[in-house]
Amino acid sequence: MLDDFLVRAGLAGVGTALAAAPLGCFVVWRRMAYFGDATAHAALLGVALSLAFQGPIMIGVLATALIMATLVQSLSGRGLAEDTLLGVMAHAALAVGLVAVSLLSGVRVDLMSYLFGDILAVSKTDLALIWTGAAAVVGLILWRWQRLLTATLNPDLAQASGISAKTEQLVLTVALAVTVAVAIKVVGALLIGALLVIPPAVARPLARTPEVMALLTAGIGSLSALGGLGAAYQFDTPTGPTIVCVAAGLFIITTLFGARTLR
Amino acid sequence: MRLMTADGLTLGHGTTPVLRDVDFHIDRGEIVTLVGPNGSGKSTLVKGLIGAIRPIKGRVDQVRGLRIGYVPQSLQMDGFLPLTVSRFLCLPHRHSSDAMARALQEAGVPDLAKRQMRDLSGGQFQRVLLARALLMEPDILILDEATQGLDQPGAAAFYRQIADVRDQLGCAVLMVSHDLHVVMAASDRVLCLNGHVCCQGTPDVVQDAPEYRALFGTGTQGAFALYRHQHDHHHHHHDQDHGHDHEDA
Repeated sequence: MLDDFLVRAGLAGVGTALAAAPLGCFVVWRRMAYFGDATAHAALLGVALSLAFQGPIMIGVLATALIMATLVQSLSGRGLAEDTLLGVMAHAALAVGLVAVSLLSGVRVDLMSYLFGDILAVSKTDLALIWTGAAAVVGLILWRWQRLLTATLNPDLAQASGISAKTEQLVLTVALAVTVAVAIKVVGALLIGALLVIPPAVARPLARTPEVMALLTAGIGSLSALGGLGAAYQFDTPTGPTIVCVAAGLFIITTLFGARTLR
Repeated sequence: MRLMTADGLTLGHGTTPVLRDVDFHIDRGEIVTLVGPNGSGKSTLVKGLIGAIRPIKGRVDQVRGLRIGYVPQSLQMDGFLPLTVSRFLCLPHRHSSDAMARALQEAGVPDLAKRQMRDLSGGQFQRVLLARALLMEPDILILDEATQGLDQPGAAAFYRQIADVRDQLGCAVLMVSHDLHVVMAASDRVLCLNGHVCCQGTPDVVQDAPEYRALFGTGTQGAFALYRHQHDHHHHHHDQDHGHDHEDA
């Protein structure tokens, strides 16, 4: 069954959507959308470094994503407005990554596949890595769920209950780096941010509790991945962007109609 | 029983001290109030005591296993996070629905359990925060300007509730407030801050202290004295009844 590239692609898409779901909820709740972008864009630099040193791509992406996320965090709160800082970092990371890839001599790099993903070329090894990463991210977030939610509400409220807001932030940072590493093959560096933010935004008007929102997000993400894959196959369009288009379509539907029916 | 002690505590943002050399303690059953002008370090002291900021100098000692019920100034509920009142009460520790109903009752807001947090009025919101703090079965209740956004009768009703809670649970209460007149009358001890502890003692002592007068006496043009008399009238209000429900778009 896994020999069919479409089955592999579908499983890769669903695995990524599941990893992105609970994390994406926190990205939305904590207004970290740009933070996700900056981290995702740094992945391209990781690709370039991996190719230069002939190491595994996922390790390079994981490392640069972690460094980027930590860097952004340590720079924040130093005078620059948060969105300006993140805007600078997100775009600078992308530009540096593009330059770094172009400097690689002797290696032919299919840049498009790293920018927009190449889900149809997912191998069995990729699939194993994606699902391992997804399980790790979901496990980590489930384990810290109550603490993460409390810290998201208010850092001082968390601290009074003996929960360190800094530790929980670190948990999310690690989860984000792993998700980026998992997702780059599926939707590419440019659209990881979309996969993080759009499904929770679709789910928001339909949910009354954080848990319901996270579950709905997982469903909507998976639906987008499979729907996008099908549509891309049907219409011969690039898969990553098609997945994001399906998610965006769902967003329009629930935003227009969901809020009204629930009121 | 002594619950918390601070010795020579200097706190600040980064390395810039906001509050210097504070010696502080609070015992079970006590109501202690922090007063002081804006920027005097009231909230900073609270954050230092709960461990949210690390002291530049000095130390804070808490009794082992101290349970803190913290009611923050406000929470930003911007609507991204869907949260019912009962789900909120279960952060970070889960409670039975009976316990939650009791806590909401004690806080003066029964029947709110199924509402969304962001649909609550200001008064209801603060009382739900109080209910959450009560659910932790606190040894000490810490309220950081918990009546911000409430009108005067609302604030007075809120503080009466706090006094009731103290009587029932026997916990200590540490409050930060701008509502000098209301708060001071309900306190056992008042600390007046202005970058350091400028005076402390029972409300009457602090009120007559020259340091306190220098900070508040002229600022309120003597209105403070009037407030104290006003407080003799026993207003009875339940602010949640006339809270304004927010119109959510």
